[in-house]
Amino acid sequence: MNFAFSEEQDALRETVAQFLEQKSASADVRTLMETTEGYDPEVWKQMGAQMGLQGLHIPEEYGGQGYSFVELGIVLEEMGKRLLCAPYFATVALAANAVMNAGSDSQKKELLPGIAGGETIATLAFTEPSGKWGADGIEMTYEQSGDGYTLTGEKMFVIDGHNADLIVVVARQAGTSGTEGLSFFTVAGDAAGLTRTALETMDMTRKQAKLEFSGVKAELLGEEGAGWAPLSKTLDQAAVCLSSEMVGGSQQVLDMSVDYAKVRVQFGRPIGSFQAIKHKCADMLLEVESAKSAAYYAAWAAAEDNDELPTVACLAKAYCSEAYFHCAAENIQIHGGIGFTWEHDAHLYFKRAKSSETYLGDASYHRELLAQRIGI
Amino acid sequence: MEYAPEQEAFRDEVRAWLDENLTDDFRALGGDAGPADDRDWDQRVVWERILGEAGWIGMGWPTDVGGRELGLIEQVIFNEEYAKANAPARVSFFGEGLLGPTIVALGTPEQKARFLPPILKAQEFWCQGYSEPDAGSDLAGVKTMAVLDGDEWVISGQKIWTTFAHHADWCFAVVRTDPDAPKHKGLSYLLVPMDQPGVEVRGIKTIVGSSEFNEVFFTEARTAKENVVGAVNDGWKTAMATLGFERGTAFLGQQLKFEEEMRHLIAEAQKRGRTDDPVLRERLADAYVRLRIMRFNGERMLTNLAVKGVLGPESSVGKLYWSTWHRALGELATEVLGADAMILGDGYEPDAFETSFLASRAETIYAGSSEIQRNVIAERVLGLPREPAAN
Repeated sequence: MNFAFSEEQDALRETVAQFLEQKSASADVRTLMETTEGYDPEVWKQMGAQMGLQGLHIPEEYGGQGYSFVELGIVLEEMGKRLLCAPYFATVALAANAVMNAGSDSQKKELLPGIAGGETIATLAFTEPSGKWGADGIEMTYEQSGDGYTLTGEKMFVIDGHNADLIVVVARQAGTSGTEGLSFFTVAGDAAGLTRTALETMDMTRKQAKLEFSGVKAELLGEEGAGWAPLSKTLDQAAVCLSSEMVGGSQQVLDMSVDYAKVRVQFGRPIGSFQAIKHKCADMLLEVESAKSAAYYAAWAAAEDNDELPTVACLAKAYCSEAYFHCAAENIQIHGGIGFTWEHDAHLYFKRAKSSETYLGDASYHRELLAQRIGI
Repeated sequence: MEYAPEQEAFRDEVRAWLDENLTDDFRALGGDAGPADDRDWDQRVVWERILGEAGWIGMGWPTDVGGRELGLIEQVIFNEEYAKANAPARVSFFGEGLLGPTIVALGTPEQKARFLPPILKAQEFWCQGYSEPDAGSDLAGVKTMAVLDGDEWVISGQKIWTTFAHHADWCFAVVRTDPDAPKHKGLSYLLVPMDQPGVEVRGIKTIVGSSEFNEVFFTEARTAKENVVGAVNDGWKTAMATLGFERGTAFLGQQLKFEEEMRHLIAEAQKRGRTDDPVLRERLADAYVRLRIMRFNGERMLTNLAVKGVLGPESSVGKLYWSTWHRALGELATEVLGADAMILGDGYEPDAFETSFLASRAETIYAGSSEIQRNVIAERVLGLPREPAAN
């Protein structure tokens, strides 16, 4: 493990930061969050064709850049800082990882180049109306019909589900339960029998959809019945990716708080000179720096694909999600009245913090998972 | 952490030395004795002198004052291996960790020649005369006075919370030498011998029942005129330089001690069947999360220092982080113990968990209280404006 970023990694961060400063300023975020799609196809194209961001950690043999989760983490951190409205997390952190973990070599060759090039928007549909994040939340069953498969049932909380060209679905064999009998499938976004409904998300910067499947024809992805191992790994990787994103958001709300505390004057002094505010900011810094350490370590474990990934993924998700939410909430408090207005950006981060904390399971969920994984 | 081959070789050297020298007698002194715990002091001094003979004290100091100029990474490796070997808690912290580096940085050649060799050989021990009854967090409020009388300073006043003063040969003390100058200006940093009629040490019994902290009374105590580090009346600068060394390189070793404590606590909870309780499970997992991150923070600080030569913001949170964590762990431990936490061993002897529960209340106070830590982080790292001073 080496916690210091290389010059090349620092340069990548700088390039992405500059790009997002141009393309994901507050005004852009506010415009896009009011749309149903929630992203700018032009920006998405630039991210793919010009910058290669969608293919960053996809191996070169599948059309990607061949970098690792460390570089992906850097990019996600910058995106989180700017609340980038784009189906990047769904496509790269969820779907691409699922395909890489579950798919056969020929399926990877078929599916990944489109993702890497930015032509394919993709997502992973695994959660259902129960809102459970583990294997037991997957009730949808698949049926064998002739030489293919069909899916019937409902998936919920599917990030960018209404935007996706490619939907990776997890379903189970009838009569199985828990981690047994799970399989991955791919479905086209416009498949017959699939009804997609965009949901009214509290966090308007990240869109979700409900997907209703009614005998939808699906392609098996990988091996039938062997879905749990690749799903579990995908969820761990996604938790790591989301942690990186949350770190960026945490740093941003800390910066907003500190900047404001320096200029807002009450009782004849900047409010940042009062210990009540100072100590909040100091605690936020401790959390932000600790979240960074956790997320960087977790990204390294994901890049190495080592035995530590399952534990540090839980660890990072648990810590970073609480840190982000706490910092985003304190940011509102430090801003006073302006902090709870629609006009100020504080609520956008507060809402993103909450959706990120909840998605993939909250901190309590991940602490329990961690307890199991370290044998408590 | 990735270490260079020569650093791994150094680790092997440390391990081999510990294997050979850390005999069972000494190993038996290890374990839970913390840096502010003076149990088995005399045997620990014997061990410290073995360390000194082998060149393990002041290993980062320049060679011209008797050190080995080993890098930060090597010092961390040593501390890690030392902790893993469960070697005795160090007794030379105030000399090696605080006064020594201060003299290396600001001392005269004569001071270096006089004071550094006995620290390196664990022949002289030091205590830190900073806090006073009316000068705790507001250190510049010290009232202990020193006036020149010919070739000697004459010192009168009271210090408090002086760890290991009862074992110390010398005290480095912040005293007022110009009562008319503004608060921070009239201070000097004096080196005062402890064995003299004008110095009286009284133990303070702490919450744990132990007496490693003391009051030190100076009644016309004396020290030579030249025993000032830095300029006369410029002692604030010297005192702050000393605090800059307090962070030290012991943190990863300390974190390993904490890891051991965490392991013991999980085992204790399992033994007592408490891990079926979902609330307790979650709190144990939370403590584990924060413990691992403590290490990640330390490694990140170290790597950035080694690779990029800068101390990042992550370096500022260490004291606040570990003291808060350990205090919470102590509380958690009492919940794991349940009713048994109410009962100590004969002679008011707390077990390791009960000791952590009690002693950790001091940890968020000494060496800069958590409130002062937050002020420092807010002002120096985040650049928030200072609070207008009332005086």
